[in-house]
Amino acid sequence: MIKFEKVTKIYPGSQAAAVNDIDLEVAEGEICVLIGSSGCGKTTLMRMVNRLISTTSGAIYIDGKNIMNLDVIELRRSIGYVIQQIGLFPHMTVSDNIATVPRLLRWDKRRIQARVDELLCLVQLEPAVFRHRYPRELSGGQAQRIGVARAMATDPPVMLMDEPFGAIDPINREVLQDEFLSIQEKIRKTIVFVTHDIHEAIKMGNKIALLNAGRLVQHGTPEALLTSPANQFVKDFVGADRALKRLDLLKVQDAMLKNPVHCHDFDQAEVISRLMQEKGLNYLLVCDSQERLLGYVNFRDIVDYSGNVGARIKPMTLTVRPNSNLKDALSKMLSYDIGIVVAVDDDNKLVGILNTMTLASVVGQTYDEQGGRWGKITAGGKIL
Amino acid sequence: MKTQNTIHSRSRGWVMTGLVLAFAAGGYFQHLGFFEFAIKNPGEIWKLFLQHIYLVVVSSTISVAIGVPMGIFLTRDFMRRYRNWILNLLGICQTVPSLAVIAIAMTYLGIGKKTAIFALVIYGLLPIIRNSVAGLSGINPVIIDAGRGMGMNPAQLLFRVELPNALYIILAGIRTSTVINVGTAAMSFLVGGGGLGDLIFSGISMVDPGYMLAGAVPTCILAIFFNWFLGKVEYWAISPGLSFSSGSANP
Repeated sequence: MIKFEKVTKIYPGSQAAAVNDIDLEVAEGEICVLIGSSGCGKTTLMRMVNRLISTTSGAIYIDGKNIMNLDVIELRRSIGYVIQQIGLFPHMTVSDNIATVPRLLRWDKRRIQARVDELLCLVQLEPAVFRHRYPRELSGGQAQRIGVARAMATDPPVMLMDEPFGAIDPINREVLQDEFLSIQEKIRKTIVFVTHDIHEAIKMGNKIALLNAGRLVQHGTPEALLTSPANQFVKDFVGADRALKRLDLLKVQDAMLKNPVHCHDFDQAEVISRLMQEKGLNYLLVCDSQERLLGYVNFRDIVDYSGNVGARIKPMTLTVRPNSNLKDALSKMLSYDIGIVVAVDDDNKLVGILNTMTLASVVGQTYDEQGGRWGKITAGGKIL
Repeated sequence: MKTQNTIHSRSRGWVMTGLVLAFAAGGYFQHLGFFEFAIKNPGEIWKLFLQHIYLVVVSSTISVAIGVPMGIFLTRDFMRRYRNWILNLLGICQTVPSLAVIAIAMTYLGIGKKTAIFALVIYGLLPIIRNSVAGLSGINPVIIDAGRGMGMNPAQLLFRVELPNALYIILAGIRTSTVINVGTAAMSFLVGGGGLGDLIFSGISMVDPGYMLAGAVPTCILAIFFNWFLGKVEYWAISPGLSFSSGSANP
């Protein structure tokens, strides 16, 4: 979809190239994160796509067409553009801001109005409340949502995002990232996303392109960057705790033990307690007849009890979904005294469990380098 | 808006104080017989008053028509290098007294309205150019980048983004220039341009306060009126999205 071919940029009066001979391809519907420390050329590379910065040599193709052969104004109108400082026009209302490009393209009024409302709903802002507000009456998070909505106004296939969530506090940033990912799941834009935050890159990117001093150091999936860094620079950049960062990437369903041992609420307590004694279990999960999780029973509670175990159930408050990431699971696990976390699906059906051993083994398996096992993680002081 | 209310009530208080003082002063001057001339010759004053308005409106309009485009021109990218140089030059020109400007204009254009207007235009130009440049170059570059990145051409960028955001400062410049212009226009009498200066300068040379006040008071009223009127224009023209437009700021 977007193809960089030997792209180089040398700013006038400068000896070194800001962007040096970069070949990169961004597939359709993919988020490609450009990352690197400041001055590495990531923003320059992005701004060359809509020709806000000209290339010194090399070519950029969108959909197979060389962008230098397209009309620059047309080109920019066909590309969504979101910047870090948001850049909402302060003299225009929210609705006028979103309508900027549709107005430039002379859409008729009713169509613009409908589109504005649709986009406000998409970014979860009530149209009736926000339509007539001015940017100064918005919070940072709201303003950035409007910024994203404005960039999507004409439904452009390609979007450029320059640290779009950089100026927002960490909590709201997480929320906006999640929202944006769920929007992206629906709209499937081809996105060039610039950031300097490795966590954001791992979370948002289908592919990550790591730049250093104008050169492309490594381009690949977040997985590849973490497990097989190309050189020392990449290792340093992703950080010594990259094993932990992998937890962001892996899903509960990849690591959990499926079909965990459990009993049902209608089982007799004597039978279950004998079984637990045989297997040396202190506690056991309890489901109902539809395999929905009810909680767990403690050996002490049922050993002298006769009747259904259902009466002695303790509730299991901390559960995770199979598609949530291991980092959340780990944090829940650590805050819960029985040392496991249970995965249930949307219908609360028991699908698996996680404990520290399974977690460690999964992270260890895919992380094949020396020093990346337990020793490294504990040395980071993060787990034990 | 709370701030707006407090500003309003405060300015109302000042207006009341001003009116009381004006009445007191009026009563005192009336007692001294200063208004006798004005009461006897309302037609004469009215004619000069209209001439004065004509001088101010025509010269200020021309100043705006030249000054704002000049400011726009000076803030385009290709002019960036020469901008400060030109502004400094204009600043030096501004230090020439208004009387001298009128005198210089007279040596080339002779006497009459045309000379007066020419001099007033020249003298009123600088605040407008300077404020236009300040307003346009002071815009947050981020919103210009956003506009350009979304595919606005230079004209769209100018009219839809730059001017609306710089309007507050540009209008403040126009207001300053016009109010000063009301005072300077009194000098046009010296080159035969007419206006209320006629009464003021004759009153001074005849040492007749009544004559002089008949020119000075309407000049003051005119200056206050223009200040108020252009303040209203600012209020209506500037987007409520720009935070400083809610209060009334004096130039």
